[in-house]
Amino acid sequence: MSAAEPQGRRPRRLTIGRIGVYAFLATSALFFLLPLWIMIVTSLKPMEEIRLGNILALPAAMTFDAWIKAWSSACTGLECNGISVGFWNSVRILIPSVILSIIAGAVNGYALSFWRVKGANVMFGILLLGAFIPYQVFLYPLVRIFSLTGVYNSLLCIVLVHVIFGLPTMTLLFRNYYAGLPLELFKAARIDGGGFWSIFFRVILPMSTPIIVVAAILQVTGIWNDFIFGLTFAGRQNLPMTVQLNNIVNSTQGERAYNVDMAATMLAALVPLVVYFVSGRWFVRGIAAGAVKG
Amino acid sequence: MSTVSVRDVSVAFEAVHVFDGLSLDIQEGEFIVLLGPSGCGKSTLLNAIAGLLDVAEGQIWINGKNVTWEEPKDRGIAMVFQSYALYPRMSVRENMSFGLKMAKTPKPEIEKRVARAAELLQITPLLNRRPDQLSGGQRQRVAIGRALVRDAAVFLFDEPLSNLDAKLRNELRVEIKRLHARLGKTTMVYVTHDQIEAMTLADRIVVMKEQKIQQIGTPDEIYHRPANLFVAGFVGSPQMNFIKGRLENTGEGLSFLAGDRRLSLAGYPFATTPSAGQEVVLGVRPEHLEIAGNGIWPGFKVDIVEPMGADTVIWCSDGGGSVQVRTSGSRKAAPGENLTLHLTSTEVSLFSAESGERL
Repeated sequence: MSAAEPQGRRPRRLTIGRIGVYAFLATSALFFLLPLWIMIVTSLKPMEEIRLGNILALPAAMTFDAWIKAWSSACTGLECNGISVGFWNSVRILIPSVILSIIAGAVNGYALSFWRVKGANVMFGILLLGAFIPYQVFLYPLVRIFSLTGVYNSLLCIVLVHVIFGLPTMTLLFRNYYAGLPLELFKAARIDGGGFWSIFFRVILPMSTPIIVVAAILQVTGIWNDFIFGLTFAGRQNLPMTVQLNNIVNSTQGERAYNVDMAATMLAALVPLVVYFVSGRWFVRGIAAGAVKG
Repeated sequence: MSTVSVRDVSVAFEAVHVFDGLSLDIQEGEFIVLLGPSGCGKSTLLNAIAGLLDVAEGQIWINGKNVTWEEPKDRGIAMVFQSYALYPRMSVRENMSFGLKMAKTPKPEIEKRVARAAELLQITPLLNRRPDQLSGGQRQRVAIGRALVRDAAVFLFDEPLSNLDAKLRNELRVEIKRLHARLGKTTMVYVTHDQIEAMTLADRIVVMKEQKIQQIGTPDEIYHRPANLFVAGFVGSPQMNFIKGRLENTGEGLSFLAGDRRLSLAGYPFATTPSAGQEVVLGVRPEHLEIAGNGIWPGFKVDIVEPMGADTVIWCSDGGGSVQVRTSGSRKAAPGENLTLHLTSTEVSLFSAESGERL
């Protein structure tokens, strides 16, 4: 008898190597999930239970007290209004910063890739260079400039800083996306009589949804997680959530309230988490939409 | 009066000269095809006419007006692109009316023109679709429609059929020709590297190579009286046969001599005064080589036979060089068969071996 002739689908075999790979992947996933697990269970335990020291154990008497306290009454320095103040500050910083930096990046990218302005490449090179210089170098000069112009320590100041520092990445992102669009489309719009702004708003921007989503994800997570700009430029009234989280964790007197710290940290991480979860399907849709032939 | 006039135009990309001092006059209602291999500058010339590219020197006139410094929209032109370049987020109707909207044309007028163009191109049922819901042929029809509604005096086509498959290409080619006939006085400038498109569509063909115009002429002139070796080789499929030889003075006037083969040149319309002993290249189209028992060039052996249905191309060689013969589809030949070929001096082209120019 001859062996079975190969036909149809090739059979999949589970080799030892394959099992090893899966085992490694599973362990890695568990390893990275462990801190999250500890944070969640700790935040749901009362302090008496935490003192027992079983940090991996499920809470015996589950309570949301720590979350409520973290949100509304934990002390950030002298004030005890919880992290909610910082949350709304962050939102107020986030929304204008994200919108303005995306608009600036889109217009920049559009001008650089379609209009071939004289010196565009030099301009772009300088802009990119900005992305590689460490932020710390800019801090002091910027503080001086802003205080001279009188906008230091205000919402406007922190928004401006975020827009300026978002410019290199946003421009790069949009320029590269636009470089992938057919130039003939732009030529057709020129023949049809479109000007700089009408081509941008009527032809280019409607095609930019995928890249706008990507830009928004980058900016939302980046600006939300920012600490040093918020601390330096926002002023006491507008300190973002990250700074207040730091204050909560560091300004405890007496016993350290681990459950409140954990809950506050989770609250601060919520917005980027939501962005990732929601944008997952948008990401795919964006890529698919970009693949449609013009 | 000419509608489009390119006067001594030079185009430069950052100090690199793309072409220098190029001139071309196009008559009203004429269908001009710019033909050449990729990189010959034909698309650059078209973009310069459209105003999508600044010229470094020279002038461009359209409809008796110097438009060298005008914006594309003010030149009275419409353009169709290879990649269709339809606005992807707009419906067909919006695509076609975008230009008119930009020009602030009144709404009823826009609707009238779009309806008329859609009718002409038979795309009325597609008006509410989006470009990604259309096939390639339909997209290009819409792109032509978008150009049509502009009521332009000059239509510019930049390789409009190159992205389509062979069958659609033939269909749309005929349609463009029909459109040109129906529009009457509309001038069309059409860029292509496809010689069939050039031959079938053009009133006059402009053959270009390496940023220079090689020849301007009717398809007939280009095909039968190519100005130089490049034009002769570029136009025509299968390619023209080239045989190296020299001119000899025999008893009855000049003859072409290649080895022991000879062809009397009595009746050949010389454009220049040839001299005996000159090195030349004889060009003869495959269909002008006749298989005849009493031909003047015996001793060819069949190498490969390519039946194409309507006709058959026979590759044969005489040991030295090989030639292609186009003969009727009913002619059967087998490799190894011996053939005698016949040709006449009135159907050949002679080129200087030195300069490549037609003699």
